[in-house]
Amino acid sequence: MIRAKPDLTASLESCLMNRMQPSVASTQAIAESDAIAVERTLAGDRDAYRVLVERHSRNVFRLAYRMTGNRHDAEEVVQEAFLRGYQKLGQFAARSNFGTWVYRIAANYAIDRMRQRQKEETRRETPRAEDRDGMENDPMNRVKDEAPTPERLTQSVELRKQMEQALAALSDAERTAFVMRHWEGCGIEEIAVVLKSSSNATKNTVFRAVQKLRRALQPLVETRAQARAMGTEL
Amino acid sequence: MKHRTEEELIAYREGVAEQSAVISEHLAACEECRAELERIEAVLAALDTLPVPDPGADYGRRVWRAIAPRLAEKPVRWWQVWMEPWRLAAPGAVVALIIAAFVLGRMMPRRGEGDNVANKEQVRERVLVVAVGEHLGHSERMLVELSNAAPNDPAQKQVNISAEQRRAEDLLEENRLYRQTALRDGDAGLASVLDELERVLLDVAHSPEEVTPAQLEAIQKKIERRGILFKVRVVNKELQQRQEATKPAPAQNESTKRERNKV
Repeated sequence: MIRAKPDLTASLESCLMNRMQPSVASTQAIAESDAIAVERTLAGDRDAYRVLVERHSRNVFRLAYRMTGNRHDAEEVVQEAFLRGYQKLGQFAARSNFGTWVYRIAANYAIDRMRQRQKEETRRETPRAEDRDGMENDPMNRVKDEAPTPERLTQSVELRKQMEQALAALSDAERTAFVMRHWEGCGIEEIAVVLKSSSNATKNTVFRAVQKLRRALQPLVETRAQARAMGTEL
Repeated sequence: MKHRTEEELIAYREGVAEQSAVISEHLAACEECRAELERIEAVLAALDTLPVPDPGADYGRRVWRAIAPRLAEKPVRWWQVWMEPWRLAAPGAVVALIIAAFVLGRMMPRRGEGDNVANKEQVRERVLVVAVGEHLGHSERMLVELSNAAPNDPAQKQVNISAEQRRAEDLLEENRLYRQTALRDGDAGLASVLDELERVLLDVAHSPEEVTPAQLEAIQKKIERRGILFKVRVVNKELQQRQEATKPAPAQNESTKRERNKV
């Protein structure tokens, strides 16, 4: 008897598909499709893993970029997460969600990468801030840019730079907790697993992150809001 | 009225408050706490405008292309790991090896301790040094070509750098592997230069296939400003010296030993 092949190509939006996906049925369908792809991979069908990689890469990239703050490291995190995922696939519990699982691997590796990067930066003579600042004015970073739009022209470069610096000033745990909770919508328990911490401690970490960001950015945000209200924003 | 703390309001905003309903009720009645929450939300809303670059619709395929050659034929299930014959045979093999090593050790004439380990390490290092040296050579050639690229005609509006771009893509994967290996081996200097090279390769790999002369100049200036070509040459030279140093010494015959003993 020939069995119809299950659809392995359903799309998926995030680790936090439960929160972001409008339809419970489609979330389940994707999770089931992921589970089948995992089974096939374990049975020796490498192309089945390709389906998982192609489906989840963009979401993992988004998480990795927000955690590391640069494309270079984010791409490395994505590749390493899927490589480690493949190596550890035998340990993946079939009832779990592959997207969430690979997300966790990526978050863990991103933390390692951030620590490694900090060590490298302290060893180097040129500070990292210079690198980041330089990116704003670096023509190379505009190579792919389209022509400036009115929105882009009115966007405050200063605020963006301040926000990047405020995020970079967070500890690894704070940044991870903030990115996973605020931007990716991960549950506290899930973040706690990545941080190897308790739920209460993780909640405190989220709080500390938001508090620090607030201290750093509120004056600038308020000034901008006032300027906007007065119609004097540049 | 007792106001809510900043911690409670942040927890409420982030959806992790324990008494969410109670805080909601309080906010409905307390203008001051509402204003405080709005200030928190304004900061978070500003942060939400930070862009995340779009890696492109084909990103998943690119990731697959990059990792596929590094995947083993088949991942192993956790229970299979413990059922593999080598695991069952391992304790016996270890005992046999210990006995064999002991007997051989008694029978063989004594030589410098640790010679074998040192030799293996030297071979490994030589292989790595040669491979990284070749990689740096290829990278250098690509960067030199890119640095010297220019429009054939001054009126030309686009310059095709697709060949350099593809080579940068290929070199990028190798570079990551070598950098990770260098880090694992504690070679911080080499890892640092490879890290800088990786940034340049990444930028070139992500450039459009055709660029305007101004964009090409920007790329060339970036390569020049980072001094990456110079660093690559210096490291490559150091690697060549290391390669010489790790070459096995020529076998000594009796006459050379006698010559040395004369001194």
